[in-house]
Amino acid sequence: MIDKTFIEKCKNIFGSDNVLTDKAELIAYSYDATPGIPREIPGAVVFPENTKQIQELIFLARQTKTPIYPRGSGTSLSGGPVPLSKGVVISFQKMNKIIEIDPDNLTATVQPGVIIADLNAAVSKYGLLYPPDPGSMATATVGGSVAENSGGLRGLKYGVTKHYIMGMEVVMPTGEVFRFGGKTVKNVTAYDFTHLFVGSEGTLGIITEIICKLIPAPKYRKAMIAFFNKLEEAGKTVTDIVRNHVIPATLEIMDKVTIHTVENYAKVGLPTDVEALLLIEVDGMGQDSVLWEAEKCVEIIKQNNGSYKIAETDSERDSLWAARRAALPALAQVKPSTVLEDATVPRTKLVDMLIAIQNIAKKYNLMIGTFGHAGDGNLHPTILVDPMDKDEMERLHKAVDEIFEIALSLGGTLSGEHGIGVAKIKYLKNEIGRSGVETMRRIKQALDPDNILNPGKLVPMED
Amino acid sequence: MAQASVKTVFDDMETLKRELIRCMKCGNCMSVCPIYNVEKKEASVARGKIALGEAVLKDEIDIDDETLVKLIFNCLVCKSCMMACPSGVRFDRIILGLRSAIVKKKGLPFVKKALFGLLKNPELFDKGMKAFAAMQGFFLKSEGHKKRKPKGFLKTINPRLDEKFIVPELSKESFRDKVKEKIEAKDPQCTAIFFTGCSVNYLYPEVGDDLIYVLQRNNTTVITPKNQNCCGMPVMVHGDIESARELAKRNIDAFEKSNAQYIITVCGSCGSALKHEYPIILEGTDYEEKAKKWAEKVYDISSFLLKVIKFEKPKGKVELKVTYHDSCHLKKSMKVFNEPRQLIKMIPGITLLEMKKPDACCGSGGSYHLTHSNTALKISKSKIDDIKTTEADAVCTGCPACMMELFEGLHRFGGNCKVIHTVSLLAQSYRAEN
Ligand SMILES: Cc1cc2nc3c(=O)[nH]c(=O)nc-3n(C[C@H](O)[C@H](O)[C@H](O)COP(=O)(O)OP(=O)(O)OC[C@H]3O[C@@H](n4cnc5c(N)ncnc54)[C@H](O)[C@@H]3O)c2cc1C
Ligand code: SF4
Ligand code: SF4
Repeated sequence: MIDKTFIEKCKNIFGSDNVLTDKAELIAYSYDATPGIPREIPGAVVFPENTKQIQELIFLARQTKTPIYPRGSGTSLSGGPVPLSKGVVISFQKMNKIIEIDPDNLTATVQPGVIIADLNAAVSKYGLLYPPDPGSMATATVGGSVAENSGGLRGLKYGVTKHYIMGMEVVMPTGEVFRFGGKTVKNVTAYDFTHLFVGSEGTLGIITEIICKLIPAPKYRKAMIAFFNKLEEAGKTVTDIVRNHVIPATLEIMDKVTIHTVENYAKVGLPTDVEALLLIEVDGMGQDSVLWEAEKCVEIIKQNNGSYKIAETDSERDSLWAARRAALPALAQVKPSTVLEDATVPRTKLVDMLIAIQNIAKKYNLMIGTFGHAGDGNLHPTILVDPMDKDEMERLHKAVDEIFEIALSLGGTLSGEHGIGVAKIKYLKNEIGRSGVETMRRIKQALDPDNILNPGKLVPMED
Repeated sequence: MAQASVKTVFDDMETLKRELIRCMKCGNCMSVCPIYNVEKKEASVARGKIALGEAVLKDEIDIDDETLVKLIFNCLVCKSCMMACPSGVRFDRIILGLRSAIVKKKGLPFVKKALFGLLKNPELFDKGMKAFAAMQGFFLKSEGHKKRKPKGFLKTINPRLDEKFIVPELSKESFRDKVKEKIEAKDPQCTAIFFTGCSVNYLYPEVGDDLIYVLQRNNTTVITPKNQNCCGMPVMVHGDIESARELAKRNIDAFEKSNAQYIITVCGSCGSALKHEYPIILEGTDYEEKAKKWAEKVYDISSFLLKVIKFEKPKGKVELKVTYHDSCHLKKSMKVFNEPRQLIKMIPGITLLEMKKPDACCGSGGSYHLTHSNTALKISKSKIDDIKTTEADAVCTGCPACMMELFEGLHRFGGNCKVIHTVSLLAQSYRAEN
């Protein structure tokens, strides 16, 4: 536990400027972006500047059985960085150097606290791109997004964070420093540790260095927006596009409630008598192929009775995107609080899921706006509530339970990209079963025998 | 004094709850907060301060907790966070509400109390400023034309007042002393009040002269009420809402005595106070309606010229490479950022070179640059670096507080760039026609 000696030792390790202990400062580390989860004010916050300091902290924490809560920018939507006891928070905000950009090997080596958007600004000077682009990329860290295996708008064509991590340095919960992977495209030495630590939500080790894979940035793109009078037609457009072997970089959907709210709020000129809209963007290295893909999309939209607008200039593209960017802000205006879920289903079940969500909204008398990454079946049903309204909050919890149940029954998953954390831990068994939970526990116990790293997250230690 | 019957965030912590609850802790504000960018601590940014407000309401911590007070006062009130907020959190109300609650519980620190008391007494304040102008040599030594440097002993009082600190000289005669209260246009398009603000009145009277010149060229009758006083922003941001209310009411009384259709400001903070803050702080008082009425008549000079009257285009050549700095309150509160650029581009001979982040705060924050000099200096440094990268001859802005800060920063971190107000650039062009 954290006492005077613990804090003195922390100050020796990190320097007193890099240790926070005043209650007012600590309160500001007792949350992330997840509403309504348990939280505790930590006992201390430390800001490491190198790996060795983290190693020393681990030794100290093991001796004193102090829980450690790693924290990037605290934008997680599942409670990942939130302390559940008076442990110590490690903030990576000061470990934020881009160590190297290697344009010939197409890699960037970074410290975990680098902001995703800063990494992209730096590699864009070489005409390169780090594709994972969560909506929070202007704030979120590479370390946090690796630990959450974050997705983003480009997921359908370019994949998610796990597809762009080639190696890491990790401080293990026992104190050893472990490096694996590297700059080679091929590497089958040992277990595939990269994929074990990506998405480990800070429960298996502390990531101190990351080798990211970069790709040449696509030179051409074409954006369009399409409107549909029937959900089914929007859903069929999504599957038809893929069936015709066009893989758009972006294939986003917005339902009627979201369209109405966006139009009310941002007045971007959306028709309010439609059931759904799709925002589609194709991109690539050759102008001809991009144009061919765009034409194919238009053809499919027409076949499915959709109407559309296609962006001819950059400013027209911006105005099409404005509608999608306004989705969350607009919904957030309606009620004091928003609960954003990310249940995900196979692409072919998209329409079933949308209809099920609409029925749940009716059944529990809640306002739910759904938007999300249609191309990868990753929907964001956004439930608008007033936390001061007890009855509404109760209906909310029931609705959320039901959304997960339906996603699983359609062959989907609890979380497409936001992670399990504390918010979804009670549903875990429903998806991976008893054997799954047991396997998770065994891995956790093997690597973190003292259960000091982010305890209470992702792995349910008891039933 | 008639007191508010309606409970506002300034009078009652409970009403703050409705404002706090809108924050979904998404963290978007972190990407734009100048202080967070330097300090990297959660409590530096809006989200952390909102969490502190919630903790106070939940009785997890006292409103007069020493660290909490420090953290709540560690904010520039630049409103950058509000521009990035997807949830429409009214952080300006929250931060002022929290500060006001702190002041209610703890009272004002002695120095602030003395200073704000002075501000509330316009005659005394005016005498004080002039006495200081006459005595400034005691604290500040001359450093070339109309510039002053602090004397050595001041550094021990405030680390910012070191060898590199520099301020414009206090004018011995204030702008309002020398200007005629009413200057009639020959064939007036309209009548407007010039709300000078303190900085123009005492530090940059030449900006006031330029404004009058520009308005005369545009056939506008100008009234500069002698009995206007400080806009109240400095006391408001320190949580002294009562003083702010008093100053606001007195200004409104001064406006009421005129028959003007418009109020013109040349300072982002003054304009923002009159246009946005007065209706908020006077909510529920018998000045509410008047505050709202006058708020609608407030224009920054650039939008007044381009949107309200028939504007005479400047024809005189000014050979200059200029970069434009967005004052936080002018852009983020008054939403004026296109018009100054339009004006600059109209002037023959001028090239406008945009800097990397023109709307990044300069680090002034009224008195923040003195009370939090370590952080402010880092904010200033990155602003000055961005300005220097453009290789412009002059940096133009619409707010005298920014002018002072940029002037100090350019002196401190080196740079040959001049600092000029938008209206002065325009006046320069008109004058060059002859
Ligand atoms: C407005 C908004 C939009 C979002 N959009 C998306 C989206 O489109 N797609 C998506 O996938 N997510 C999205 N998110 C969720 C969230 O932003 C991402 O999960 C993000 O990557 C988290 O990064 P962070 O730096 O904030 O990490 P944090 O929230 O601080 O931490 C996340 C997890 O990582 C762990 N961690 C952090 N650093 C380390 C480290 N160095 N070593 C070990 N563990 C560590 C923490 O303990 C925690 O479990 C969104 C969130 C918001 C608020
Ligand atoms: S007002 Fe400015 S300084 Fe204060 S929290 Fe917002 S962005 Fe940061
Ligand atoms: S951007 Fe707005 S909603 Fe998001 S954390 Fe900041 S204040 Fe709260």
